[in-house]
Amino acid sequence: MNVSAEEEWVFAYDRTWDGMLTAVFDAFVRRQFPVAFIGEGEVPPLFVRTHRVVTDEEKAGRVLRALRRKLSAGAVTGLATSLYSELPELDLHLFRFVCKALRAERSIETNFADADVLFVTDTYRKVLRERLRMMQFVRFQKTADGTYFSMIEPDFDVLPLVVPHFSDRFGEERWLIFDRRRRYGYYHADHRAVRVTFDEGAELFRLPDGRLGGAMRDADEADYQKLWRTYFKAICIKERLNPRKHRKDMPVRYWKYLTEKQEDMPAACPPSEK
Amino acid sequence: MKEDTLRKLKVLAEAAKYDVSCSSSGTVRRGVKGGVGNTVGGIGVCHSFAEDGRCISLLKVMLTNYCIYDCAYCVNRRSNDIPRATLSVSELVDLTMEFYKRNYIEGLFLSSGVVRNPDYTMERLVRVAKDLRTAHRFNGYIHLKSIPGASRELVNEAGLYADRMSVNIEIPNEASLKLLAPEKDHASVYRPMGYIQQGALESREERRKHRHAPRFVPAGQSTQMIVGATGETDRDILTLSSALYGRPTMRRVYYSGYVPVNTSDPRLPALKQPPLVRENRLYQADWLMRFYQFRVEEIVDEAHPDLDLEVDPKLAWALRHPEQFPVDVNRADYEMILRVPGIGVKSARLIVCARRFGRLTSYDLKKMGCVMKRAQYFITCGELEAKGVNELHPEGVRSLILQPKRRKKGGELQLALPFREEPV
Repeated sequence: MNVSAEEEWVFAYDRTWDGMLTAVFDAFVRRQFPVAFIGEGEVPPLFVRTHRVVTDEEKAGRVLRALRRKLSAGAVTGLATSLYSELPELDLHLFRFVCKALRAERSIETNFADADVLFVTDTYRKVLRERLRMMQFVRFQKTADGTYFSMIEPDFDVLPLVVPHFSDRFGEERWLIFDRRRRYGYYHADHRAVRVTFDEGAELFRLPDGRLGGAMRDADEADYQKLWRTYFKAICIKERLNPRKHRKDMPVRYWKYLTEKQEDMPAACPPSEK
Repeated sequence: MKEDTLRKLKVLAEAAKYDVSCSSSGTVRRGVKGGVGNTVGGIGVCHSFAEDGRCISLLKVMLTNYCIYDCAYCVNRRSNDIPRATLSVSELVDLTMEFYKRNYIEGLFLSSGVVRNPDYTMERLVRVAKDLRTAHRFNGYIHLKSIPGASRELVNEAGLYADRMSVNIEIPNEASLKLLAPEKDHASVYRPMGYIQQGALESREERRKHRHAPRFVPAGQSTQMIVGATGETDRDILTLSSALYGRPTMRRVYYSGYVPVNTSDPRLPALKQPPLVRENRLYQADWLMRFYQFRVEEIVDEAHPDLDLEVDPKLAWALRHPEQFPVDVNRADYEMILRVPGIGVKSARLIVCARRFGRLTSYDLKKMGCVMKRAQYFITCGELEAKGVNELHPEGVRSLILQPKRRKKGGELQLALPFREEPV
């Protein structure tokens, strides 16, 4: 509000929802409204002063309670979810959205003519689309010990958002979905999913295109992959080929981990011990 | 054994691929303890996309492609010399479970050629569904084809295991159907449709009284019509669709552009290409009826029995009715905003929400995802200067919209002078 022109502030925060709420709290208390956000440890731009936001659950909780009075429950979830996009330009829009919502008399969540509202809403929608893509394109391979394994590289950090879906769907199975780019995964067993990480040297990082090698996979795995590839080719109507739509619905960057787009495995492997 | 399964799967997937339906929508069912799978409500999930651009959501196969019928439009008719195969119930159940656990598919879409008689075939389809649901506790999506002519008891049993059932009309006009498929008639299609509808309505009534009464085909039924194999106009097709959508459980009507599978048959037209544009226009018209509150008479009428292939049906309607425009986006009803070409359901909703906060400008509309190339001639929003459909006349607007996009490359705009050797 009363920020003089020569004093511009940048907020550094940990890119979490609580961190963002704390930043809002700090901004109102200090009466300093940042011109940009940076992640922790990033180098701030020149000629500005930096305030380090220390995430505080109590401060965040107070802002959240105030926000809940101003917005619908769905909109608050949407704001929190948009952060999974990891887009650097989101921070400022999200910050301004929260500030505007707190100042407004009534909910601003449907004011799509507002650039901040539209940007955050669009980002939220993009995150949901990426989540749907993971529900579509995760491909499990059965390992020798019966665990189902999948490697992914989503555009956004959506793995935590799809875990409830797979836990519901494959509640009785043991499975592991691993995000190679972000180097963590979720392992599900006995109706519980836990976040897991692996050492740098783990075999996981050396799997070409996330495919399990001969001794690691179930004896029938290669056969079912081949059956699926055969089906994928057979179901296509040659007279109607439409490669543009094919690539639009299933962008090439996902093909790497898609069983139907991979080559057949090299000749049958010796059956592994159970 | 695997080699054999591989061959069968290939044959039977190729036999089933001309059936368009593949959606896995309509049922919300959470996972259960001890079972495998759930169904995601609303839109369903497509797991892959074939190179023809169609989605792959369900494992779409036939139990067998042997058939006693000889329908001219069908690739599996008995007079065709094609490889034939039959999957055993256990083979198919195993395939479905293994594919499902690897997240390849949302479930099973099972159809079959008719062997021996309709009841025998239907019984085998039901066995697969029953096996999946009871022995394997499969909780994913099952779409069963109801065999025309199957008995009521079998349809009723199938309905308890399936999420969706369908009977294909194939040919919208009974006389044409008689010509192409002498062994079939419309009654054999509408009868099972009636069984499904009645079963679903009865179950709905039951569930009102007892919360745990079994569900019957919770995702309703669908059907399919072949387009371009016979002489029906789009008006015939859409009028029939509209009537079908009037029925309580009918969720989707699919249109399948006729792929010339049996080229030698004199009863069928010789097509170079399946009528893909027409099929697309029919789907657009279908969407107008389902989501845009259009009545079928508004889309096609006696003067325009066929859809315009050059422009989409909504634009075609707008060009025929310039008196309805321009629409003021800041004031008009949601229904009327929906009718503006270039504004879809999503942007129409955004508009009615956002305009409560202030006047919307064309810039806002563009940001919200309206296609201004088409919308600009049909709206006013205060500052827009462009001339509307009434000033430019519908023909003018039509040619403006149909203008091909200008390439920005410099070379394209340059006048090309063809050099030619002068004869000496």
